[in-house]
Amino acid sequence: MQTTPPTGKFRMQSLVKGESLQRFLALGALVLLLLFFSVLSGPFRTTENFTSILVATAVNGVLAMGATYVIITGGIDLSVGTTMTLCSVILGLVVTNAGLPLWLGIPAALGGGALVGTVNGVLIAKLKLPPFIATLGMLNVSRGLAQILSDVKPIYFEGHPEFYDTFMGKPIFGIPNVVFIMFGAGILASLVLTRTILGRYTFALGSNEEATRLSGVNVDAWKIAVYSVAGLFAGLGGVLIAARMSSAQPSVGMGYELDAIAAAVIGGTSLSGGVGSIAGTIIGALIISTLGIGLSIIGVPDQWKLVITGLVIIGAVWLDILRRRGRA
Amino acid sequence: MAELLVEMTGISKTFPGVRALENARFELMPGEVHALVGENGAGKSTLMKILAGIYKRDAGSIRVKGEEVEIPTPRAAQQLGISIIHQELNLMGHLTVAQNIFIGREPRGAAPFLLDEKSLNAQARELFETLHIRLDPRTRVASLAVAQQQMVEIAKALSFKSDVLIMDEPTAALTDTEIDELFRIIRHLREGGTGIVHISHRLQELKQISDRVTVMRDGGYIDTVQTADASIGSIISKMVGRTIFEATPELPEHPDPEVVLEVRNLKRGRVIRDVSFQLHRGEILGISGLMGAGRTEVARAIFGADPRDSGEILVHGKPVVIRTPANAVAHGIGYLSEDRRRYGLALIMDVEANAVLASLRKFAGRLGQIKFGRTRAAAQEQVKGLAIKTPSLAQRVRNLSGGTQQKVVVAKWLIADTEVLIFDEPTRGIDVGAKSEIYRLLNDLAQQGKAIMMISSELPEILRMSHRILVMCEGRITGELSAAEATQEKIMTFATQREDVVAA
Repeated sequence: MQTTPPTGKFRMQSLVKGESLQRFLALGALVLLLLFFSVLSGPFRTTENFTSILVATAVNGVLAMGATYVIITGGIDLSVGTTMTLCSVILGLVVTNAGLPLWLGIPAALGGGALVGTVNGVLIAKLKLPPFIATLGMLNVSRGLAQILSDVKPIYFEGHPEFYDTFMGKPIFGIPNVVFIMFGAGILASLVLTRTILGRYTFALGSNEEATRLSGVNVDAWKIAVYSVAGLFAGLGGVLIAARMSSAQPSVGMGYELDAIAAAVIGGTSLSGGVGSIAGTIIGALIISTLGIGLSIIGVPDQWKLVITGLVIIGAVWLDILRRRGRA
Repeated sequence: MAELLVEMTGISKTFPGVRALENARFELMPGEVHALVGENGAGKSTLMKILAGIYKRDAGSIRVKGEEVEIPTPRAAQQLGISIIHQELNLMGHLTVAQNIFIGREPRGAAPFLLDEKSLNAQARELFETLHIRLDPRTRVASLAVAQQQMVEIAKALSFKSDVLIMDEPTAALTDTEIDELFRIIRHLREGGTGIVHISHRLQELKQISDRVTVMRDGGYIDTVQTADASIGSIISKMVGRTIFEATPELPEHPDPEVVLEVRNLKRGRVIRDVSFQLHRGEILGISGLMGAGRTEVARAIFGADPRDSGEILVHGKPVVIRTPANAVAHGIGYLSEDRRRYGLALIMDVEANAVLASLRKFAGRLGQIKFGRTRAAAQEQVKGLAIKTPSLAQRVRNLSGGTQQKVVVAKWLIADTEVLIFDEPTRGIDVGAKSEIYRLLNDLAQQGKAIMMISSELPEILRMSHRILVMCEGRITGELSAAEATQEKIMTFATQREDVVAA
């Protein structure tokens, strides 16, 4: 075995055999699903429908991106759903009640999300709470706060038509801005994950946290940063869902975290940490939306939709384990 | 001519990125101790893991007692009468010694689904008696010292009363007395007709205990010789494929008088009892002592990996605050732990990522973006300079051999520009060829002005490499020797110099 400098060929070999395989599988599955439903149903293969699928993916996709970071470190964040709700309420309060402009409200929402994420991070990194428990606790805290701040009443953005227009208006190819925002966020998330030290440490933490600590990395600080990122994306999700519903609904949000985690896992992020990608997560989110909408259109009742989605998640994780075992 | 217990022929096995075995073969006769040697990456562990049902072979055939067999799982191997003692301990820390040994075959109680804990412990006690091991079967394995855990692993394998016993580096964590005990057990088993495969890097030991030696190299079979007829030098030549001359490398004459690192009154409970010493520029300070003497604990305390009760650390004469490894690295101290797979490397990441893990900040731009051109260049420089055997920088570190992995860890600390390097058992589990490379590397580093602490349990290694030797026993430094005056006997005397309990 000689020491050869990495050529494109070597990178390609190790790539195709690696996580990219799961991503190709996920993409393949998505394409198959799209074809399947298109063949089965006329109403499915309209541009309006494809657009709905994209729009339906926007919120989950954004939440799932943040979740991807956390899962890669080997942790989990159960609070992204209710944090999203809390941030939509914050946005509502700032814009509607306090009468401040949108460009102040959105950072407030994002900041709120990041703050919740930071609290998660501190609980996990400094107080050494297991991520499951810490984020479960914050799930309830966020939910409670959302209800307190909104007085358990929806906040409507009536006086602010620009809100809906900015996000759900359809300038490009008939696709609302929310979709582009999701992809934009995805590109940013992916760049940070693959090209910055935050991203590198995210993978290192998931691969071997102790070795990373013993390499002189401030593991606690970076863990907190990762959970803050998840919170930030939950905040963005809050902005997007408020835009879609033209209101902040404090009762919505519980359960969204599970779809976010499912999207990440289907897309190839491993629950044991160290492996994952944003592209895969977005594909995972698209699969979930496609399944949901496709099954509805062909007339499958909601209850069966749930069963089928559940089976898909199980199948995706099983595939991940098989792929992992194959390299033993 | 006795029937062969095991006959493996034409065995090939490929892992992603690595061809571990190519047309390898091995045979074992009943009532023999057959040593299996080779450099790291030669394929010995892999070949035996195939025999033990842990890996599946890609090609070739295996015959056990004359019959062609498939060994798809460890249980299948057990049923064929094959058991293995692993190099890495495979014990369940939360369970007791007895529970570990009899896992999967627990004695049942009144009803078939109830466990008979009393019988379990009694059987374990019986087993220990025949093996002369002194352990309480009810102890939780996690609370045992590594050497004792190894004895549990050995007892477990022996309790299967197998025809074939594979031992992968069984003596690594044992003291000389325990090794003698182990050899006594091995000889006893051999007389009973058991065939024993002994994988080890300790060639002197193999000379004592084995009947035949098989040498492997680069995944293939090289030769099998009668131990009595072969010299250690000839075995090494076959392993390495070239002659290595064992010349003692030149130690730099007088290391700098400049004190780079000073430790004063380091204390932590009963594990570190008032340790103080100085480390000079360009010096290799050997830290010797028996297992459990507290050497690793001292290193980890200096490095900030473990908290300490009290004590000062001074770098270049100035007191520094070290509470975490991040502090230590910031002050130019690097630590290469004993267990490199667990503490030194992120196994699923590649060579490049591991090499820059301790110094990523240096390669980052203002927005935190990693400058891959620079990381690649730095990693490549180390790969060349340290002769790291890897097909590419993108190779996952998990797939590399032990010696190569160790070099990646060294590369990490070199790229991080550390002045003080603490090596904890630098050549553990590393073959002869790579060992002398590591020794040469240590000398080069010392000559470049690095200050090196080398913890080692191998006396020849300590004597050969150190300018000065500190000996520890039960948390205290019991002796200091210069290279000129040090001998194995003097070191051992200090290493066993326990505190006087009775005031005479």
